[in-house]
Amino acid sequence: MPPTDTLSLPAADTAMANPVAGIDQSSGNFSYPQNYEFDAGTGLSENTVRYISEVKKEAPWILEFRLNALKKFLAMPMPTHWATKDLENINFDKIRYYLSQGQKPKRTWDEVPDDIKKTFERLGIPEQERKFLSGVEAQFDSEAAYSNIKDLVAKQGVIFANSTEALREHPEIFRKFFGKVIPTGDNKFSALNSAVFSGGSFIYVPKGVKVAQPLQAYFRINAENFGQFERTLIIADEGSEVVYMEGCTAPKFSTSTLHSAVVELVALKGAKIQYITVQNWANNVFNLVTKRGVAHEEAEIKWIDCNIGSRLTMKYPGVVLKGRKARGEVLSIALANDGQHQDTGAKMIHAADETTSNIVAKSISVGQGRSTYRGIVHIPRHLKGCRNNTECDALLINTNSRTDTYPAITVRGDRNATQHEASVSKVNEEMIFYMQSRGLTEGQAMSLAVNGFINDLARQFPMEYSVELKRLIDLEMEGSVG
Amino acid sequence: MSDIATITAAPIGSFTAEVFAAHLASLGDAPAWWLERKRAAYATFASLPLPTRTNEGWRFSNLSGLQLAGFKVERVDPNGQLLASPFGPAQLNFINNTTVGDGAGARAELAARGVLVTTLSAALQSHPDLIREHFMAQPQKLGSEKFAALHAAFVSDGAFIYVPRGVEVPAPIVITHAASGSGTAVFPHTLVIAEENSKATVVDHFVSVSDIPHSALRTPQFACGANDLYAGHGAQLTYLAAQNWSRDTLSFQFNSTVVRRDARVQSLNLHLGGRQARHESHSQLQAPGAFSEMLALTVADGEQEFDQRTLQIHQAPNTKSDLLYKNALRDRTRTIFSGLIVVDSDAQKTDAYQSNRNLMLSDDAEASSLPGLEIQANDVRCTHGATSSRLDPGQEFYLQSRGIPKAAADELLTFGFFEEVLSRLASEPLHDALHQLIKTKFKQ
Repeated sequence: MPPTDTLSLPAADTAMANPVAGIDQSSGNFSYPQNYEFDAGTGLSENTVRYISEVKKEAPWILEFRLNALKKFLAMPMPTHWATKDLENINFDKIRYYLSQGQKPKRTWDEVPDDIKKTFERLGIPEQERKFLSGVEAQFDSEAAYSNIKDLVAKQGVIFANSTEALREHPEIFRKFFGKVIPTGDNKFSALNSAVFSGGSFIYVPKGVKVAQPLQAYFRINAENFGQFERTLIIADEGSEVVYMEGCTAPKFSTSTLHSAVVELVALKGAKIQYITVQNWANNVFNLVTKRGVAHEEAEIKWIDCNIGSRLTMKYPGVVLKGRKARGEVLSIALANDGQHQDTGAKMIHAADETTSNIVAKSISVGQGRSTYRGIVHIPRHLKGCRNNTECDALLINTNSRTDTYPAITVRGDRNATQHEASVSKVNEEMIFYMQSRGLTEGQAMSLAVNGFINDLARQFPMEYSVELKRLIDLEMEGSVG
Repeated sequence: MSDIATITAAPIGSFTAEVFAAHLASLGDAPAWWLERKRAAYATFASLPLPTRTNEGWRFSNLSGLQLAGFKVERVDPNGQLLASPFGPAQLNFINNTTVGDGAGARAELAARGVLVTTLSAALQSHPDLIREHFMAQPQKLGSEKFAALHAAFVSDGAFIYVPRGVEVPAPIVITHAASGSGTAVFPHTLVIAEENSKATVVDHFVSVSDIPHSALRTPQFACGANDLYAGHGAQLTYLAAQNWSRDTLSFQFNSTVVRRDARVQSLNLHLGGRQARHESHSQLQAPGAFSEMLALTVADGEQEFDQRTLQIHQAPNTKSDLLYKNALRDRTRTIFSGLIVVDSDAQKTDAYQSNRNLMLSDDAEASSLPGLEIQANDVRCTHGATSSRLDPGQEFYLQSRGIPKAAADELLTFGFFEEVLSRLASEPLHDALHQLIKTKFKQ
């Protein structure tokens, strides 16, 4: 079972009561002694940024990059003219922007709420991982597994490191692409990440290398992979192939309320990158992520994105189709329960002839949950043979569930084609009745129907993910009926 | 003083306080409440800024085309000629906001059955309560608050149609709104009230005329029109608007449709004219059984921009809406379709559909689609679709293989594309008239 983002069990931050839906955010409130020895304190200033850069012993150009990003972050307005006003509830002065390695907060197993223990039980998470995921242990003993996979892929010439290490040891490879796919000023939160990033994975796959096993951030848990401001850069050289998995279906009880990652992918000629995310943060977390890939000639980038946790997720994985016959794909599943807003989608920017893209987004709104799809498909002038297919389906479980769809499609010229379809529906009553008549409870029937709704997407997930996804949906659907 | 400061802060172009004062003075014996309302509308217009890039309601629109300078509010007709309407004889004719000609015979016949077809200015005297209740009574929600206020401030006349309870009007009621002369600003308005179980068809025809032969197409004008459609319980209303302003016109059209219990409104907008034409349509389904069918056809050529924004608002359970907007794009044209289906939390059993189809007939044309949904009830069936593509090469090939030349085959297929919308009309003469208008534009 792999990790990074996380599930919507009530966790809390009393300083930031969620005004949404009148949910009791204080239940499951964690408290623990805060003995940060090496941190940057709360609030964000030039000193914070200099401190982070110093601790990481970074090259001067990186510090300059960070400081420039900080300026941009401070200058840019919140995008509330189109996004939810909930963003205004983020208090940037109360956030800790950097905790050095090994200084993660600790709590005892007894302090972990029973419902969370029960969730771990239900998901079948091993004892060792439970302690890490619930914050009891700051270190997770996966060093052996991590070095194994690292050694294994190193034999093929693959570089698999964290951002600090990679920028220090292989600047000749990573500097060229770092911050190029997603410019610092792309949006306010990519600027924030660029100023204070730490952790994340930097991967380089050499020409023609096909990495047999998926690379998982999970193997590097102890290397501050759960940072709030992860930075990931994957470069797949010509003709190479790699699958990367981020996240964990198990709930992740973070101590921070703001997570803002930047993920950049570069697929050079004929390369294939598949990036799989399962996000299951606790539902007091703002998860504001920028993900984008550039696909060169005949390259393929596929984002598989699953969002179950967090209070507000804003994430629109994109592909810039830069070379002829490049292909981009986003498969997305979002589940919004009480107090949650999953604002997800996809962007496909066609920039060369005969490029194709496919977006399939499925969302489920439970209770007072709200799911939103936003998309951009852009085919500029004088391209030919470009195609896009977009399908968005929303399922509403309860009478007060909410869903929105806001796609934007621009096509220029008569040699391209796009099609977009969206539907909103509820679970078929006859289906539920039939299953109940066969002895299932209403809840079981509902779970089965919801699993059926996402089945064609879930099948594309690696086996262990789709099994866990099914269990998670069962858990989320409990108490949603009757 | 502060009022003047705020008023001059926002761009008002030719529509200055002096011009507005002159407009009020020209209205003669209009009731005081009407003048008051117009003053408030003018203040709103003058205080609101022009839309900017960050305004979501104007995404993809050409904002630099929204210039309000260089126009005059003209009530005289320098031309005087009446155009024959392609939809049969018109009951009301307006040129430059002023009623002309004589449709009195046809109107008298209807009046005998209690159907009122008259001017807004006459109805302000005879039926002020109905105007108070229905004239621009619904909020503007699609971004053009400023321009809708401009319309309300400067509207001087328009059509007022009242169909009483249970009365069916078999023949279409035709209104012509013409703009004449270079730089003319017109503010056409049509208000239709169809009472319980009544049935009627209303046609608005918007056209530019010129005293200089063959130059009508190239006359810069400003058109800012609105219509209010109200369908009472069980009423059936068909509304057709054919917009054929000059190719140098900046055009705004605002529609507000209110559909009551078991009523049905079918509206079809044909967009042919204008340099830049924005159409905003609000359909409100206010009671169970209400049905709104929203249709539009756009034929764009040259450098025209057509910007269509729609709202389907389901406010009650068991309501239905069906939207089909089709655009054919030639040359260097741009079209924007932005539609939103809104389902309120108690509007269970809503059935809403929204479809935008763009036919790309040129490599330089650009079509943007923003089909949106905001759903707060779960027992609904809401779907939308948007496609952009060229003519089907397989169909072209088939027709050519049957000996039809490519140009003729393409024309057949293009008209086939339009036919999906046109065939929704029950009236064959109206269908044919629209077909003819499209054909005329295609041949130009």
